This record gives sequence, C-alpha cells and structure tokens, in this order.
Amino acid sequence: MGRTPRRGDRVVVGMSGGVDSSVAAALLVEAGFDVVGLSMRLWSEPTASGCCSLDDFLDARRVADQLGIPFYVMDFRDAFVDTVVEPFITEYLAGRTPNPCVRCNQFVKFGSLWQRAQELGAAWLATGHYARVVRDPVSGAAQLCAAVDAAKDQSYFLFSIEPRVLARTLLPLGALCKNEVRDRARALNLPVAEKAESQEVCFVPKGQYAAFVARAAAAHRPSAGDIVDETGRVVGRHDGIHQFTIGQRRGLGVQGAAPHYVTGIDPASGTVRVGPRAATIATGLRAVQPNWLTECPVPAGERVQVKIRSRFAPASATLSASGPDGFELWADAGLPAVTPGQAAVLYDGVRVVGGGWIVDALRAA
Amino acid sequence: MRIYADHNASVPLRPEVLQVMLPFLREQYGNASSVHAWGARARCAVEAARAEVAALVGARPADVVFTSGGTESNNLAIRGLERGNRRAVVVTTPIEHASVRESVAALADDGYEVRNVAVDGAGRVAPDAVAAAVDDDVALVTVGWANNEVGTIQPIAAIGAACQARGIPLHVDAVQALGKIPIDVRGVALLSLSAHKIGGPQGVGALVVRSDIGLRPLLRGGDQERGRRAGTENVAGIVGFGAACRLVGTELGAAAEACIAMRERLWDGMRAAVPEVVRHSPTGPDCLPNTLTVSFGGVRGEALVAAVDLAGVAVSSGSACAAGAGEPSHVLLAMGCDTARARDGVRFSLGRTNVPEDVARIVEVTGQAVRRIRMARAEA
Repeated sequence: MGRTPRRGDRVVVGMSGGVDSSVAAALLVEAGFDVVGLSMRLWSEPTASGCCSLDDFLDARRVADQLGIPFYVMDFRDAFVDTVVEPFITEYLAGRTPNPCVRCNQFVKFGSLWQRAQELGAAWLATGHYARVVRDPVSGAAQLCAAVDAAKDQSYFLFSIEPRVLARTLLPLGALCKNEVRDRARALNLPVAEKAESQEVCFVPKGQYAAFVARAAAAHRPSAGDIVDETGRVVGRHDGIHQFTIGQRRGLGVQGAAPHYVTGIDPASGTVRVGPRAATIATGLRAVQPNWLTECPVPAGERVQVKIRSRFAPASATLSASGPDGFELWADAGLPAVTPGQAAVLYDGVRVVGGGWIVDALRAA
Repeated sequence: MRIYADHNASVPLRPEVLQVMLPFLREQYGNASSVHAWGARARCAVEAARAEVAALVGARPADVVFTSGGTESNNLAIRGLERGNRRAVVVTTPIEHASVRESVAALADDGYEVRNVAVDGAGRVAPDAVAAAVDDDVALVTVGWANNEVGTIQPIAAIGAACQARGIPLHVDAVQALGKIPIDVRGVALLSLSAHKIGGPQGVGALVVRSDIGLRPLLRGGDQERGRRAGTENVAGIVGFGAACRLVGTELGAAAEACIAMRERLWDGMRAAVPEVVRHSPTGPDCLPNTLTVSFGGVRGEALVAAVDLAGVAVSSGSACAAGAGEPSHVLLAMGCDTARARDGVRFSLGRTNVPEDVARIVEVTGQAVRRIRMARAEA
C-alpha cells in the first residue's frame, strides 16, 4: 500500500481519446514512467454524444503512437453493463436518480481497469480526472483531494474508489487548469488538442434518459401514476416515474398559479409528489454504502462539508450518525433537491474524507 | 530480446525480395501498359512474376490475376463470380477469414442463400459434408485451404472432387497455406493468394482464375489483367511477389520441418510450464507447420497478448482490430468452444525469423504473463 511512485514504474493510463487523458499520458511519459496506454471498450452501440466510437480509439492510438508508448484497446463491456448500465436502469425504475459516472469509476475504471493494469504488471493506474492524490512522502498513505481548478474538479465522482486502489492511483492533471492542459496538448502538438469535451452520460444518446430507460426496461416498464400536491390532491397523471427527478420543474404537465417542483417519488404506488420550491429544500440526508477515505469512519459529531451533486457549492454540516454502513448529517442551511440515488460526498476542506449514496432527505421536525 | 511470433499476420519482407524490387522503385519506372521501351520492361517483369506465381501453385500464367492482396482476391472471387444460370446458393464454412465472410454476406444481401458446412472440434471440414451441402442450386463453394487462426488444413483435393462431380466452382482462400505447405490449383476454380504472408511485400496478391470461369471485375477502368482487374499494375510489388514465390518454392519442405520442430517444442514447453493450457490447433499433419493456438483457462487473450508484447514477444488473439476488442473468436466458437474460452485463444505463428532459442524465451515470457494474470484475477 504505502508506496510512492518512482521513475521507471509501470503505469497503465486509461486513454479515452480526449485531450485530458492524452495530456495525462504525456505528463507521465515526461516524468519517466513506463507508460502503457489502454482504451476501454465499454459499450457496443456508438452514440452521438458518447465515447467508445472507433474515432475515439483511433485518436487515443494516434496520441499513444506519438508519445511512443504501447497502446491497447480492451473489452470491458460485461463489467460496464453489469455494474453501470443495469443499475442505471433499475435505479430509475426504483424512483431514484442514478449517478452512472461514479459507479463507472468505482467498478470499471478503478475496478476492472485496475485489475487489467495489474495483469500487465503495472504498479500504478492513472486517469485524466481533475482531482489530486496527495501522498505522505514517508508512509505513502494517499488522500483524495479536489483539483486545483475548482471549475473542473471531479473529486465528487471519485469518492468511491477503494482506499487500496487509491493508494495505487495517479491523477496527473490535478494541479493543472483546463486551459493549461489544452496548452500542454498544443505544445506537444497532440492531435486531440482542440477536441471538444464530452459531458453527457456516455451510453445515453444526448439527454434522452427517459427514452433510454423505457427502451431498456421495456419488459417491466413502470406503470402510469398520479401526480399529487402537498395536500394529497391529484393534480396530474404521468406514464412512468423514471421521467422524474427531485427538484424537477419542467415536463410535469401540471397547471397552477405557482410553479410545481417534484418533491418525492414513490415507486410502490407510482406516485410523484409535487410542491412549491420551498418543499424541495431539505436540511439533512441519510446515505448508505459509504466509502471512507480516512483510517476509520469520520465519527458522529464531526463537522464536514457536503456536496450532494457535482456542481454544488459544499455545504457545512454536522454528522449526526456515522459508521461502516452509512451516515446521517444535518446541514447548517437548507439543501436544495436532495436526490436519492445521487452521492453525498464529504469534504474536510479540499480533502475527500468519504461519501455515500443518498437514500433519504431529512427535514427538521 | 524481441521475438516476432506472428507470422500468420505478416512475414517480414525478405532481403532478397527487396533487392529484386528496388530497381522498379527507382530507375525502372515505366507503366506496364505503355507501348514504349519503359513500358515493355515493366511488362516483362510483371509477366515473369506471373509465371513464378503460377509455377508455385501449378497454374497457367494466363490464369493469374494480380490484385492488391488477399482481401481483394477473396472479394473478386466471391462477389465477381458470374452466377450463370445457377440458382443463388453459396456454400461456405463458419471459420473463414473476414474478407470471405463479408463477401459472402454481400451475396446474402443480394438474395443468395448461404449454407454453412460445420467444422469439427479441430476445425476440419468433412468433404462428405460439402458433398451433402451442394446441389444444382449452388453457384459457388468457398473454403479456406488453411485456417488463419488455428492452422487447420482442409482436404481441398477431396472437397474439390465433390464440387467437380457437380460442376460447381470451388473458391479456395489459400493465403495462409501458400509458402507453408504444397499448393496445387487442380480441382480449384478460384485460388486467393497474398504476397506478404510469404516474405513478399504488403499490398499485392493474386487470384488464380481457371480459364472457364467468368468473372465480373470489381474495379473497372483499363483492361489490365485481361480485363479482370483495372488499374496500373503495382510493378515493384508484383515483382517482389514473384521473387518470394520462387524462394519459398525451393524451401518448402525444409522450412516446414524446422517450424514443426520449434512448434512442438513450444507446445511441450507450454504444457510443462503452465497449468491448464488447451491446444486448439490440430496435433496431426493437418495443421500448418508454424501455427500453435492455445488458451489458458481464465486468461483473456487480449490481456495475454498485451502482457507478452510488453515483454517483447509478438503474438495474436482472435481479433486484431480496435473496434473488435474482446469479441470471441468465431473460429473457436465454431469449433465448439464456449464464449469465455473463445475469448482466451492466443496464436503463436512461427516463421523464418525464429531460431530454436526463441522457443524457451516465448515459453518463459508466456508463463510469467499467465501466472501474473491469474494472480491478479485471484486477488480481485
């Protein structure tokens, strides 16, 4: 566990064909590592917005060839379907809003890919994520920290990396800003220097979550249900709970003087609850299946900062319960749209100390 | 030490061949179709090469059509065949090269019925099964002489007899067989060949077309290659192909013996050093002398190929292209392997660049990689 990276160590770097992972590979080469590039085939059907197209593989290969490193495309489709795509569908059908990128990092990139890296004799796994792994120079103990570029920080998506894998992870872009990464790519004359960002969930055609889930889950498509307001009055109908997420305002088809927001989803009855904006504000949350990136779970009573979405200013909170099975916390101020299925990631300053999966929004009595 | 053990993918250009080619990349720059002296010299060289290629397979020089390689030859043979008054059925096997499979698929798109003759656990096609599959509706039978992935050699003479009995043209993809075993075109209507599998240059091949077979050209233009393949001849490439044919023709027996000896030592070494190794290539004389395809239980082929590559040893697994990563080998599936096993296959293909000392090193590197992969899996 407690190793520090050294020149000549073999590093497998996950290369998507994008500018970030390409520069990550280049920086590792410059730092003197024995770098092996690897692209992951995750999905069979190419999507307009997504990755895994032949063009992306060819881009990654061109970069690897230019850097003079070995490069392979390998198949991770089974792991991706089992640990990312299937849960994505079942979560929506259960009335939650899944976060497939976190699961992909946990199970595929820092799971299956790390295993493959070890099969190739690598001591380290690297990706082009914007976050930092800070190592104690003596013990080698690893901490996950937010990227220097706050606008690009992806530490939220990495909270679930197992500590033993984090100990073997290198994130070379964590100290760079996006524009610096582009500049490096240009300076190195990398063919992907001007390539556009990919932001969408990679296996879903541009923004069409509901259609994707409905198609994939055709056999047990959620039935229609009522939309009810705070008083329990039926104000509308819908044809599947998978189309809704907490805090959603658009597409409800509900008439009324004040705008309605989704405040709750009950998968058993198929009921979607709506209310005024104020009703989407919670003060606490309960999370399960935690991953602690500290020696032991952060104890109840500790102050933390919590992010309940990636693009969310950390909110100060106090842990009211905490352990290996989950945690509960109360925020100093209201938390807008606490959404079951999303991750609650806990920070101590810039350091990620742990996180878990939101199951309940809590409101003070 | 780097070791190349992927000769079924491509064989290095032989220095003797390069020497023969060089003048045609330098001062001998004529177009073989031109009427002047430059053209005549190029034409003479092309015709001399045509005779060399024909001689290696027992064909008439006039029946040799030069192409850009095995893939074009297979496309021309299958998609260019004049159907005549026969009904539209094509008979093939489930273990053919992609260029044959996709050409047959193109016929299927045009309304052809495709009949697949099954293979046994060693990848063998039974002539009786071919005989049973052909009737008067069949326009073409296409069978590879030797399989590229596992090395199985088919009984082409007997398959040819079964086709001839009904007057059905037989196309044989002999790209992997050429230069490794004796090839005789008798009984075969169309024979695909490639130069770079025998130490010639990449980008040139041939289709041997029996004189009674009608062929529609795929490439239209000038009347080069007797109107069967338009386009200015790749003179240097063709000259190199001819030179390579002349060389391998004289060496066939000795080269095969050397390869068989190394291959069997490789297999013995693998078996001794690595538990749970399965040999998919045939053990008898119906296997290419240089080919050994094996699988190591629970070790994905793509992982092993990468691991030994990082240690300097070049081998192949089923699929060579990026987009096809992780697909199970259609050949191993047809031979009865389950999907997991069909993803585990790794092909060692030896050749002239190998020396006996390579065998021990290949065994060592492969054994280390298999152990490491199994250890990583066990810890996961």
